[in-house]
Amino acid sequence: MTNSDINRLKDKAFQVFGVFCTFIGLVVLGIFLIDIIIEGVQRLNWDFLVNLPSRRASRAGILTAWVGTLWILVLTTIIAFPLGVAAGVYLEEYGKKNKMANFLEINIANLAGVPSIIYGLLGLEIFVRQMRLGGSLLAGALTLSLLILPIIIVTTREAIKAVPRSIRDGSFALGASKWQTVWHQVLPASFGGILTGIILALSRAVGEAAPLIVIGALAYVPFTPSTPLDEFTVLPIQIFNWTSRPQEAFLTNAAAAIIVLLVITFLLNGIAVYLRNKQQRKVRW
Amino acid sequence: MSKKQNKLEALNLDAYYGDFHALKGINIAMEEKAVTAFIGPSGCGKSTFLRTFNRMNDYIDGFRVEGQILLDGKDIYQKEVRVDELRKEVGMVFQKPNPFPKSIFENVVYGLKIQGIKKKSVLEEAAEQSLRNAALWEEVKDKLDKSALALSGGQQQRLCIARALAISPSVLLMDEPASALDPISTAKIEELIYELKNDYTIVIVTHNMQQAGRVSDYTAFFYMGELVEFNKTKTMFTSPKDERTQNYITGRFG
Repeated sequence: MTNSDINRLKDKAFQVFGVFCTFIGLVVLGIFLIDIIIEGVQRLNWDFLVNLPSRRASRAGILTAWVGTLWILVLTTIIAFPLGVAAGVYLEEYGKKNKMANFLEINIANLAGVPSIIYGLLGLEIFVRQMRLGGSLLAGALTLSLLILPIIIVTTREAIKAVPRSIRDGSFALGASKWQTVWHQVLPASFGGILTGIILALSRAVGEAAPLIVIGALAYVPFTPSTPLDEFTVLPIQIFNWTSRPQEAFLTNAAAAIIVLLVITFLLNGIAVYLRNKQQRKVRW
Repeated sequence: MSKKQNKLEALNLDAYYGDFHALKGINIAMEEKAVTAFIGPSGCGKSTFLRTFNRMNDYIDGFRVEGQILLDGKDIYQKEVRVDELRKEVGMVFQKPNPFPKSIFENVVYGLKIQGIKKKSVLEEAAEQSLRNAALWEEVKDKLDKSALALSGGQQQRLCIARALAISPSVLLMDEPASALDPISTAKIEELIYELKNDYTIVIVTHNMQQAGRVSDYTAFFYMGELVEFNKTKTMFTSPKDERTQNYITGRFG
C-alpha cells in the first residue's frame, strides 16, 4: 500500500468512528425518550395537570409542581436577566483589558462549572438563613439566578463580541457616548444572541432539583403558591420524589411528569433556536 | 501657502501605542476647504494620524499623544475639550462602509438623534439635505425605511458620508473611503469629494496614487511614522524633493 492509500484509509476510518460517536448519544437519548413516552403517555390527561398532589398515585396531579416551575422561571428571569446582561456589557465594553479582567474572566468561566448543589448550599446560607426567606419561591429563584448568572454573562459577552468594531467606530465618530453606542447599536445588534443564551440558561434552571431540595423546597405542597414568599415545589423535585417511591403507579406518574418537563424545556430551546435564526437573517455584516 | 486659513494643524506631534513610536514629530498645517491626501506604505502611520483629528484613538489601550493638534487654532487634546463636541465638528468616513443595521433614514439621522433632536420635520429635512449632498437622494428617496444593509457597497459608503454630513461638521476625515469599492463606485465617491470641498475641509488617506492625484489639492507622504514631504499635489507628483517620495510615487516600493 502506498502512503496515500493509508491516508485515505485513515480518513475513512475516522469518518466511520465519527458517525458511530454521533449516533451513540442520539440512540441512547432516543431509547430513553421512547421508554418514557410509552410509560407516561397513558397517565397524561387533564386531571393529571390540574390535580393537587396525593398519597394515592391515581389521584395525584402535578398542578403545584408545574405552577411552581413557572413561578421559578419568571422570578429567575426577572432577577438574572438584568444582572447578567449588565455584567456582560460592563466586562466587554467598559472594563479595561488588564490582569483583573483576565482573572474575572477565568473565574466566571469556572463558576459556570460549579456543581449546582454547591449553589444550593450557598443559597441555603445566604437567602434561607441570613435573609430569612425560608424555603420560598424567592429563595429558590435567587439561588437558581446565581447558578445561571455565569452562563448569561458568558453568552452576553460572546454576543456582544460578535458585533463588529466598525459599528462602534461609526457610532463614536458621530459623537455618540459609550452608553449611547451600547444602547443604540451594540445591544440591539446582539439581542438575539443574548436572548438565546438566557433561554438556554433558563432551560437548565428549569431542570434543576438538587439546589432547590437543599434550600428546603418541599415535595408535598398542598396548594399553589400565590406570592413569591410562599413555599413551593417544582417538577424535577416532584419527579425525584415519585421515582423514589416503591409503588409502580408512582413511576408511571413520574414518567408523565417527565414528559411535561421535557415539553417545557424543548419549548424554551425551540424559542431560542427560532430567535437565533431570526437574528441571523436580520443582521448580515 | 495660500491666503486661506489653516483649519487643522499638528505641532510636534508624537504618538505611541504602548512602546511603539507610531508618529514622530509631525508638523503640518492644512488649509480650509481644500483636500489633503495622506499617502504612504501600510503601517507608516497615516491612518493613526488621521484618527488623532477626531480622537478616535482614545479608546485604544496604551495609546497616547504628545504635542498638539489644533482645530481652528484650538488644541483638541486639552482636558476641557469634550470628545462628542469635537466629533460634531470633525466627521469621519471609514475604509469599509459601516452602515448601522437600521433603516436608511435611521442611519442618516443617528447623529442628530443622539444629540437629542426628536422633531420629525427637522430630522426629515436634515436627512434629505444630507442625502442630496452625498449624491444618494435620487437613488433612495423612495425606500428610506428599508434596511441600509440592502444597499450596494458604493451606496452604503455614500450613506456613511451622508450620515457624517448630517451633523454638519466642518472637517471630513476619510480613511481609504473607496478601497473596498468597484471602479464605478470609486469614481462616484471621488466626484463627491470634489463637490464637497466647496463646503468642507477634507483629509483623505489613500493607497491609490492616481486617486491622490485626482482628488487632492495637497499631498502628505508618510514613511515609518515620519512626515517626509508635504506639498501641493501637482508639485509633489511632478517634482518630489525627497528621494523616498520619488521612489514611492513611482511605485518602486510600498
